[in-house]
Amino acid sequence: MLDKTPLSPTQEEAARQIEICNACRYCEGYCAVFPAMFKERAFGAGDITQLANLCHNCRGCYYACQYTEPHEFALNLPGILAEARTESWERFAWPPAPAKLFQRHGVALAAAFVLGIAALFWAVATLTPASGAGFYAALSHGIMVAIFLPAFAFPALALAMGLRAYWRETGGGRITLAQLKDASLSVARMRNLDGGHGKGCNFEKGNRFSQARRHAHQAVLWGFLLCFAATCSGTVMHYLFGLEAPYAIYSLPKLLGIPGGLLLTLGCIGLAVLKTKADPELGTHTAWGGEMAFVLLLGLTGFSGLVLYAATGTGAVPALLALHLGAVLAFFLTTPYSKMAHGFYRMAALVRDAQGKGI
Amino acid sequence: MTDIEATDWGVIVVGGGNAALCAAIESAEAGHKVLLLECAPEPYRGGNSRHTRNFRCMHSGPLSVLTDSYGEDEYLDDLMRVTKGKTDESLARMTIRSSESCLPWMERHGVAFQPSLSGTLSLSRTNAFFLGGGKALVNAYYNCASDLGVTVLYEAEVEHIGIDGDTCTHVEVTHGGKRLTAKGKSIVLASGGFQGNIDWLARAWGPSARNFLIRGTPYNRGKILADMLEQGADTVGDPTQCHAVAIDGRAPKFDGGIVTRLDCVPFSVVVNRDGERFYDEGEDVWPKRYAIWGRLVAAQPDQVGYSIIDSKSLELFMPSVFPPVKADTIEELAEKMGLPVAPTVTTIRDFNAACRPGAFHPTELDGLATEGLEPPKTNWARPIEDPPFYGYSLRPGVTFTYLGLKVDKGAKVHTAEGPLSNVWAAGEIMAGSILGQGYLAGFGMTIGTVFGRIAGQEAAAHAG
Ligand SMILES: Cc1cc2nc3c(=O)[nH]c(=O)nc-3n(C[C@H](O)[C@H](O)[C@H](O)COP(=O)(O)OP(=O)(O)OC[C@H]3O[C@@H](n4cnc5c(N)ncnc54)[C@H](O)[C@@H]3O)c2cc1C
Ligand code: SF4
Ligand code: SF4
Repeated sequence: MLDKTPLSPTQEEAARQIEICNACRYCEGYCAVFPAMFKERAFGAGDITQLANLCHNCRGCYYACQYTEPHEFALNLPGILAEARTESWERFAWPPAPAKLFQRHGVALAAAFVLGIAALFWAVATLTPASGAGFYAALSHGIMVAIFLPAFAFPALALAMGLRAYWRETGGGRITLAQLKDASLSVARMRNLDGGHGKGCNFEKGNRFSQARRHAHQAVLWGFLLCFAATCSGTVMHYLFGLEAPYAIYSLPKLLGIPGGLLLTLGCIGLAVLKTKADPELGTHTAWGGEMAFVLLLGLTGFSGLVLYAATGTGAVPALLALHLGAVLAFFLTTPYSKMAHGFYRMAALVRDAQGKGI
Repeated sequence: MTDIEATDWGVIVVGGGNAALCAAIESAEAGHKVLLLECAPEPYRGGNSRHTRNFRCMHSGPLSVLTDSYGEDEYLDDLMRVTKGKTDESLARMTIRSSESCLPWMERHGVAFQPSLSGTLSLSRTNAFFLGGGKALVNAYYNCASDLGVTVLYEAEVEHIGIDGDTCTHVEVTHGGKRLTAKGKSIVLASGGFQGNIDWLARAWGPSARNFLIRGTPYNRGKILADMLEQGADTVGDPTQCHAVAIDGRAPKFDGGIVTRLDCVPFSVVVNRDGERFYDEGEDVWPKRYAIWGRLVAAQPDQVGYSIIDSKSLELFMPSVFPPVKADTIEELAEKMGLPVAPTVTTIRDFNAACRPGAFHPTELDGLATEGLEPPKTNWARPIEDPPFYGYSLRPGVTFTYLGLKVDKGAKVHTAEGPLSNVWAAGEIMAGSILGQGYLAGFGMTIGTVFGRIAGQEAAAHAG
């Protein structure tokens, strides 16, 4: 599927390294990247984008490589694939400008967060409803929907545009149920994060293996999905059954939301700590700040939700509500342009890989 | 940091590759204070072992990633074939038998295996591949050694093994610009061959050896081997011979490793500097002919060869690390590769004229031979006629040298007066005791693991 699009300098360098790997093959068993790579002999822009998005930066192939610097072949496959991956998200983002901002700059993401909170404070202060229970006393349901429906719909549209561009560049075909299933199973078990030997990845402990990143990431993924499910269940209860918040502790939104918030918070703390210990040169080192800010924002979203719940009935609710919803707002609006986008592209890469494997 | 000179070491291990690490781990597990002296800096630790991909393992049924079974006699037959009998059968049998218990031992000490790599299916029964290759294995062993309390010194070149009578009294090391003396009860020598020492190669092989490329580490300079020879240690193996294969001529002088391998020869025409053919490129399947091409190229002027194919053969072999030289005509290709144009064109024309129609089978001996050509090409002879044309330069790449220390079953080093009381050897430095000639894929790591472990155990037992 070699296309003739000229390669960017990053892609050129990735191709150089990939061609060395293709003559070596020692890392074949680490992850899905290598078997996919070894099917090709020449690498175009689309191939590199696909391989880059299949890589989850476990770094096994870096520490195992006999050609890393000071060797003149200067292999750093995790590093160059990370760079190519970040660039691909910037290229696919629609519109592209915000991606350049939020992928790499933690300050920009922090600013978005502050703006989000400010907007919510303004809403809470000026649009105080006449009546309402729980946090609806601070901000009415109608206003919330007016803010968050577009804040949800727009990123969804932007992501869809991005994924379409991804699919075009990597030459993807019609998607089947079997391919989706294969990819979803990979995600659910983080199959590729076990290092091919079940001992995990090389991240915070140099060339020693550890499960810490896999576990923290699982916590974040499942925590996020639980929180998302909690919100959805709340929406369904509200509209279909006329059951309005605040919900009791044994209600679905709370049963999903509390463990979700805890997992999300703890997982994000874990990922942030691990990130400070890992070698930045093996990731997209120019995006370190943006990635770190994203992890913290995500963690704060979960944590502020928990605190808000704990503060039910106290005078702190309006301020906490503004904080929590501000975080949620910033998180949603920046999703297509922040590290959050990786989840969607990674899923696309796994589906594309399933296609490549003939599933 | 531990004071190297003041410590009374139980076991001192010289070298930092597979054999050294296996010995250090065994000695440390027996409870001894172990000092490992590696002359390479940390990023290059692990000698040639860091370039390996598998080890050959006997097994009576499926074992870890190994399929089917591979028995002692079949293994020995394979060894006999490549060494043409130049082996010590009882040592060889012991090594082969011990290999089976090595695999689980390796797994227990952190080595992970993977199914045989794509393109190497023929080895899936006999050779267990290391996940991530030799450097991953070396990393696992260094971590294991450090957990066991082994003291590792990098950039520590052992200069001399001090021997008094039949006993090693101390070793002399250069480290951080200083000469240190370390004392230990037992000494294990695992410092590899001498192929990194170009002067020695040139003395042994002749001046043309200066044009050879060294596939592995530059740190195996044979210093300890020479030192032991000077002190009267028994030797084994042909001092003038080395194992060399034909690799990409553009490879770095040292440490190019596996990726500089070229598998194009059987589908090509190979000419020398003067544009002339010199050997049957299609004599046998490549894995069986891989090793002789090192010598063949070494015997050509300037120790260089040029392998030429056309577009229909480009995808028949494993991709190479450097892209081939590419041209639309043979003239242009010859020019780009620095070959004399007229003789090269004539060679290709004569070759093409000698090709006969017939069925071509890239993966088996297809008997598609030239007629009336000297030397002939006896298989896969298809005319070089479909542009674009591609060319690779070939040079001899040295894997290892054969000269080594002669050891017994307990890995002990001997002199004319008998065994030394506290010196053992393991790995490449004694491999000539079993592998007197030729090479069997994966056997170097087997010898290193088996003898490294024995040396480590024996050294520990001696240390008390
Ligand atoms: C490219 C390549 C691929 C190979 N692939 C395979 C394979 O797949 N399977 C296989 O079985 N074999 C393979 N071999 C052969 C294999 O590498 C050797 O048989 C094996 O590594 C020998 O192990 P060793 O521990 O004896 O030596 P090495 O691993 O070479 O270790 C020697 C160590 O001694 C150190 N040293 C040297 N001199 C001194 C000194 N004076 N003081 C202190 N330290 C010193 C060196 O720095 C080095 O760490 C390959 C070889 C090469 C070059
Ligand atoms: S990362 Fe290094 S060891 Fe792994 S396949 Fe690539 S070149 Fe080989
Ligand atoms: S970093 Fe991990 S996931 Fe990425 S290519 Fe290397 S081994 Fe595969």
